[in-house]
Amino acid sequence: MNATTLPLPVATAALGTADDRVRLFSRLGWTAIGIAVVLIAVVVPLMALVAPDGSALHLSSYALTLVGKILCYAICAVALDLVWGYCGILSLGHGLFFALGGYAIGMYLMRAIGHDGVYKSDLPDFMVFLDWKAYPWYWAFTDHFWYCALLVVLVPGVLAFVFGYFAFRSRIKGVYLSIITQALTYAAMLLFFRNDTGFGGNNGFTDFKRILGFDIYAQGTRVALFVLSGLTLVGVLILCRYLVTSKLGRVVTAIRDAESRVMFCGYDPKAFKLFVWTLSAVICGIAGALYVPQVGIINPSEMAPQNSIEMVIWVATGGRGTLFGPVIGAFVVNLAKSVFTMIAPEYWLFFLGAIFVGVTLFLPQGIVGLFRRRRGGGAA
Amino acid sequence: MAMPAGIAKPGAPAGPLMWRSAFSACSWREWLVVVVALALLLALVAPAFAVTADDLKPLASDDFADKATAVDTLMSAPDERVAAILAAMGSDQLFFTDETHFYIGDGTTYVDAITGAKAEPKADALKPVEINNRVRGKIDSAQSALALLSPDRGVRSKAIETLAGSPDPALAKLVDAAVAKETDPALKARLELVQAAFALKSDNPATRLAAIKALGRSENPQTRLLLLPFVQKNADGSFVEPDADTRAAAQTSLDAIDRSQKKGELLGALFSGVSLGSILLLVALGLAITYGLMGVINMAHGEFLMIGAYATYVVQGIFRSHFPGAENWYLVAAIPAAFLASAIIGAVLERTVIRFLYGRPLETLLATFGISLLLIQASRTIFGAQNVEVANPSWMSGGIEVLPNLILPWNRIYIIAFSAIVVALVWAILNLTRLGLFVRAVTQNRAMAGCVGVRTPRIDMLAFAIGAGIAGLGGVALSQISNVGPDMGQSYIIDSFMVVVLGGVGQLAGTIVGALGLGIVSKFLEPFSGAVLAKIIVLVFIILFIQRRPQGMFALKGRSAEA
Repeated sequence: MNATTLPLPVATAALGTADDRVRLFSRLGWTAIGIAVVLIAVVVPLMALVAPDGSALHLSSYALTLVGKILCYAICAVALDLVWGYCGILSLGHGLFFALGGYAIGMYLMRAIGHDGVYKSDLPDFMVFLDWKAYPWYWAFTDHFWYCALLVVLVPGVLAFVFGYFAFRSRIKGVYLSIITQALTYAAMLLFFRNDTGFGGNNGFTDFKRILGFDIYAQGTRVALFVLSGLTLVGVLILCRYLVTSKLGRVVTAIRDAESRVMFCGYDPKAFKLFVWTLSAVICGIAGALYVPQVGIINPSEMAPQNSIEMVIWVATGGRGTLFGPVIGAFVVNLAKSVFTMIAPEYWLFFLGAIFVGVTLFLPQGIVGLFRRRRGGGAA
Repeated sequence: MAMPAGIAKPGAPAGPLMWRSAFSACSWREWLVVVVALALLLALVAPAFAVTADDLKPLASDDFADKATAVDTLMSAPDERVAAILAAMGSDQLFFTDETHFYIGDGTTYVDAITGAKAEPKADALKPVEINNRVRGKIDSAQSALALLSPDRGVRSKAIETLAGSPDPALAKLVDAAVAKETDPALKARLELVQAAFALKSDNPATRLAAIKALGRSENPQTRLLLLPFVQKNADGSFVEPDADTRAAAQTSLDAIDRSQKKGELLGALFSGVSLGSILLLVALGLAITYGLMGVINMAHGEFLMIGAYATYVVQGIFRSHFPGAENWYLVAAIPAAFLASAIIGAVLERTVIRFLYGRPLETLLATFGISLLLIQASRTIFGAQNVEVANPSWMSGGIEVLPNLILPWNRIYIIAFSAIVVALVWAILNLTRLGLFVRAVTQNRAMAGCVGVRTPRIDMLAFAIGAGIAGLGGVALSQISNVGPDMGQSYIIDSFMVVVLGGVGQLAGTIVGALGLGIVSKFLEPFSGAVLAKIIVLVFIILFIQRRPQGMFALKGRSAEA
């Protein structure tokens, strides 16, 4: 039950001779990355800021936010691919880490509202509403951006580490682990829905005004966040690719394919799994932190189990174990979602359900696998 | 990411509920008045016009204290006119033109309050008899005292309950009379407690002491309030009750009441725990079978619940339109219908999707999640996004009162019995039939079972269908206690996953203990920590538990365990 027998391309790549390291990216890969960086850092800012309103080249703030949002999702998808595609851990709870990152930066954004809230109080509106007199202890220092940025990394990281330590120590794996991660995010959602938890209950955080002194709704700020998300995605892609082509990556892939055998070879799978798992959670947290300022709201429904499962389907649609694939998957599924929810909202769930069933039945290697098969099944 | 969460709907049913309770309170009072009037006509040989104009005179004054005294005066010689006057006063239908002329009317027709004869007062001269809360309280207890003489046991029982909460010394005589007349032993015992409550206000210390001791036998939480003043201190530190013996007796009685109340709460938590557990059991049973057999957690399992519940709804509709006389028994027909509907859909899914994914449990997880989305949206398209109404049959409403503060609703009792029967059937199928033998064989060692001639794909399909069918039965049960809507399956599914994780793979005993344990533990935690924290505590407990027993409570032992 634990061993997945899918012949994934990277597995074959990793089985090459011991000393020649797999190239980080092929020439084509580097070109694609170069084009992506130029698009994100030069073309989009020009289109959004310089091109005049109404011209065909102008990028509306709606489109900018939509693509920026999907970039954040893509970061999550890559992080999830790292644990699922390369380590065989199917997490149904990555939405939790995403939301925790979002809440961490949300705390700063709430503090940054200052006295401009509805009640003109020192405290955020929801605390005034609940008749709280002071910030709870865990809100200490959250008015400093850098402290919150630290929390973005630490909170998901520590939670993932502690959870992973206990889960991997008792060798929970496969479906069991998936179910428990799902229960984890479900429990967290219930916790955050409570007003007493101190994170705004049902409504979460919203009505942000500024970030680091900049107006959060200004086009310039939006573009900056967009560029930051895009470059983070590229960075995460390179980092993950570096990891999976390293020696560590080979052990991790081996754990996915035959954990017991790795153990008998003298490795301790627990440490490897824990490292990859925690790193993936941290990346998800960062994605959440980039997401929240762009969409302007974070609430507990981000922790709903369904959101986490949707992340998995981005990976599956794009092709797991490919890193590039999940980015494609995130874009395809989410663009389809925005199209559907505009034209025929009642059919979106049918479509999403069909993707789940169709991809698992007919596209086990996702869109990327489709292209590879057409090219004759070569390695990356 | 912006999918709506199916959870944030607090207070949604509040509107209709409030309306309903307001409506029933109103009709209850009117109904009471009618019954009281009838009862008095029948039970008392009423002397004609015992009410005199002098008795009513204070009602015309502005002083509410005078009005309260007037109610007491009226109650000293109760008859049907008194009942009618009090009822009219309580519902603001008593009017007067001057101090001697009182009328009861609804604005169009009037009767003379004293004689009951038809009257036609001048409408512009009519003034309403106004009452305040104190007078209203007096009227309420007076009406309850009158209701004590009603021939209807239910009315008497209700009246005793009201009186026990706020004893009014002016009514002591009526209660004494009622005790003498009461024939029902249970009601008589309760009435005697009310009598004791009246006696508490007596001036005679011996009477009071006896009353306090009698109240200690009561298990009614309301009597606690009556006893409390006897052990409280004044502002200056002295006791309100000067007599030490009386104080000690009151304390003993209070302790006895507290003990019985604790017992009631404990039993209540236990019962709701078993009730929750029995529902989890119905949900988890099918899940455990398919998981044990195929190593697949079926994420669409909750939707089989939903299918079962909607099947119940459809059967109810058919009974309403075709067999209106037998509507009460639609549930009996719904049981096989729900089982078949879920089982057939389950079998179709197994044939068309799941069997292609054997050996890839994680992909199956995703595919079944997709199926659950499809089923949810399909039911939304067919039945609408709103919850549908499934009525309790009359034989399922109400409950049995075990203790004064513990009422066990019939629908919960039936559900517990129902799930016990289902468990017994599943046990019988697994252990006594040839199919069950095959299922167990495939669970333990698929390859070996195939080698000796078991057609494993067929077993898979049948087992999956049975698992789905059991979930459908769970849907019938759920339709009786909670809302039936497209995403109803989602709220139980994670808990039942936990049951399977806790109970171990493919073990009937594990599932039973897991479900009941989870249900009882969460219900016992809830009073201390609230429902949400209880869930989180249970989850943390399960994660820690798995540290000790990774294979669940009832792990398969021996060579097959590593399969």
